[in-house]
Amino acid sequence: MHDAHVQPRPLGGRILTVPVAILTVLTLVGFYYIAKRYFFGIGAVANVNPGYPWGIWVAFDVIVGPAIGCGGFAMALLTYVLNQGKYHPIMRPALLGGLFGYTLAGVAVMIDLGRYFNSMNLLLPWHLNTNSIMLETALCVMAYVAVLWIEFSPAFLERFGLSKLRKTLERFMFVIIALGVLLPTMHQSALGTILAVNESKLSPLWWTQLLPVLYLISAVAMGYSVVAFEATLVSRGFRLKSELPLLSSIGRIILWLVVAFMFIRIGVIVLNGNLGLAFESTRAALLFWVETFLFGAAIVLLSTDRLRRTERYIFLSACALLLGGTFYRLDSYLLVYTGSPGWRYFPSVPELMITIGLVSLHVLLFILFCKLLPVLSNPPRQAAEAHAS
Amino acid sequence: MLLASLLRANGSHSLPATESTIGGMNRREFAKFCAGVAATMGLPQAAGLRMAEAAATQARPPVIWLHGQECTGCTESLLRAEHPTLESLILDLISLEYHETLCAGAGHQAEAHKQKIMQENKGKYILVTEGGTPTKDNGIFCKVGGKTQVEQVREAAEGAAAIIAIGSCASWGGIQSADPNPTGAKPTQDIVPGKVVVNIPGCPPNPYNFISTVLYLLTFNKPPELDEKNRPKFAYGRLIHENCERRPHFDAGRFALEFGDLGHRQGWCLYKIGCKGPETSANCPAIGFGDVGFGSWPVGTGHPCFGCTEKGTAFHKPIHSLATVKTLTPPTAFPTVEGAKGWPADPAAVAILAGIGGALVGAGAVAASRMRGTPADDDDTSHPKS
Repeated sequence: MHDAHVQPRPLGGRILTVPVAILTVLTLVGFYYIAKRYFFGIGAVANVNPGYPWGIWVAFDVIVGPAIGCGGFAMALLTYVLNQGKYHPIMRPALLGGLFGYTLAGVAVMIDLGRYFNSMNLLLPWHLNTNSIMLETALCVMAYVAVLWIEFSPAFLERFGLSKLRKTLERFMFVIIALGVLLPTMHQSALGTILAVNESKLSPLWWTQLLPVLYLISAVAMGYSVVAFEATLVSRGFRLKSELPLLSSIGRIILWLVVAFMFIRIGVIVLNGNLGLAFESTRAALLFWVETFLFGAAIVLLSTDRLRRTERYIFLSACALLLGGTFYRLDSYLLVYTGSPGWRYFPSVPELMITIGLVSLHVLLFILFCKLLPVLSNPPRQAAEAHAS
Repeated sequence: MLLASLLRANGSHSLPATESTIGGMNRREFAKFCAGVAATMGLPQAAGLRMAEAAATQARPPVIWLHGQECTGCTESLLRAEHPTLESLILDLISLEYHETLCAGAGHQAEAHKQKIMQENKGKYILVTEGGTPTKDNGIFCKVGGKTQVEQVREAAEGAAAIIAIGSCASWGGIQSADPNPTGAKPTQDIVPGKVVVNIPGCPPNPYNFISTVLYLLTFNKPPELDEKNRPKFAYGRLIHENCERRPHFDAGRFALEFGDLGHRQGWCLYKIGCKGPETSANCPAIGFGDVGFGSWPVGTGHPCFGCTEKGTAFHKPIHSLATVKTLTPPTAFPTVEGAKGWPADPAAVAILAGIGGALVGAGAVAASRMRGTPADDDDTSHPKS
């Protein structure tokens, strides 16, 4: 897999396109409200309250964000741990997605924490509460963000021709890659553990002692899905040759992950005798069926070899799975989570705009990095077609 | 023979010299303490000075303390007084001559001393009764030195300058007077009709209500202003409900409905789980217990008041039963405990979320519709490689 055409290179082209302009405006709006939050406090922009001390910033930016950013982790698992070198071409864009997913989750935490400056205590060992599951989550995210930047740094070094430094880095890269697999495993499961200690606040349709396992499996499945999602959209958007053959084989992995996830998820509910809750007319039951439908759709769309080799169904299954995983996290952290009875929560406009701004920044940076740095390695479609014909 | 007598050498009897102390307090501190007592009793500041002088200069009045049907909780409560402490009370302010719990002597010796003091100080000593007095079957249920409690109380009351009934048992009969009252327990007042008995009810009463009353007696040679149940008005002039720190919750309709529920954990009004504060007069919320600061009283710690200072409430009404609200009856249409809190959904926020949802579904559908619906391999076979 070291042919000339798999060597990543910057896409180049015009920087200021219509999507870039729109994303920039949305990002600026988000940052206006972020500035407001730092000058006037969280209460001035967010609807979080004593009953719902965490809102959409945590549930979406911090919990869903890293799961969508799991592409780098999932692909590293495949490329390096299972030594499947053929996936190298989609490794770097996957890393890039993870890079921003995790970094912006870290940024979102700093926006969400009332006394964000106290987070420096996380770096002072004598202040650590080693019994806290939050501590593991925080330290893993911080370490993994650093690891991701180092893992991605060859793109910078190649771009600026620092080949000597790159060679030096190459010698230690295996340690970084190993950490890049270990840390998300700990962190993604820890996000489930946070809920596992909150049994009384969660419907039995979600709560189980196996929440860490379910969170990890679904995060890996979402990681592969985001790779498939990203790769299909990037090849279309930038008019590059499709990575479909690689995505098809990933599709098989996704299928088995989702099947395992659903088997454990539904199995636990049935074994605990809680299936009846799914047939009550409650919000929890409705959301449970929305999730089940989305995960089920992903399974159906990936079920046969023929479907897995079709771009449209790979894309749709990735969408279904990403949505399902997003719902699974939003439901368990916000929509069916009852902090204190009597309280209600709906995100405010400024709160939403901050999240939208961060997501826009994510996409914006992804596009700019692809244009300016060696990230993508698939050849332009016309060249490929010319080559083919 | 008495603890007081044994320790007497330790105490000083007169105040004037600056270095002499009363109860471990110097002159200045003691004057301040008396001013504080006067203030809590609603007396002018000059009364505080008079109290300090009276306590320091007058001969300490002998006190005879009788125990009847009770748990000694009142004495226990007094032991925990900090300003002044019990020892400065019994060594410097009064001369505690007979007290069955604190007596150093015992048996005939103690009884003989009591008789001696009562004869020598006829018309000058203070009688304190702690506990109810059984009257059924000639009062045989409680005897000390061969005499029934009825006889003890009547004998001691005869020559007393003032009679103080400390605690709910001595004031109203207490727990043993609850139905069916097998011993015919009665309050001190019923045993000595015609005499003024100052009631300091409570189970136990706040020691400062007792000490303040004693200081007042020493200073003015008469009991403080009393209410219709002979309780000092400075301490029992107001309902607990009036000064309760949880009163705003009552007025706003926020009630704990059972122990440990949301309202209870939030520190809401305990009326609906049987708090008798609305019908009980006492200064508990104002001065607390144990000198540990704000909130150190039953309601402050989350337990409903059970009405120990009120005749016919404690031991007569079940703890869980509703109090008779004397001031304002709560309306039936109070806001509910589980009312919605937090902000409703902003239509703009809903629109943004709906817009994002719609845009995602739309974009996904358009993207999917433009993609190949057949496997790439089929395509490859139709365009063979060159």
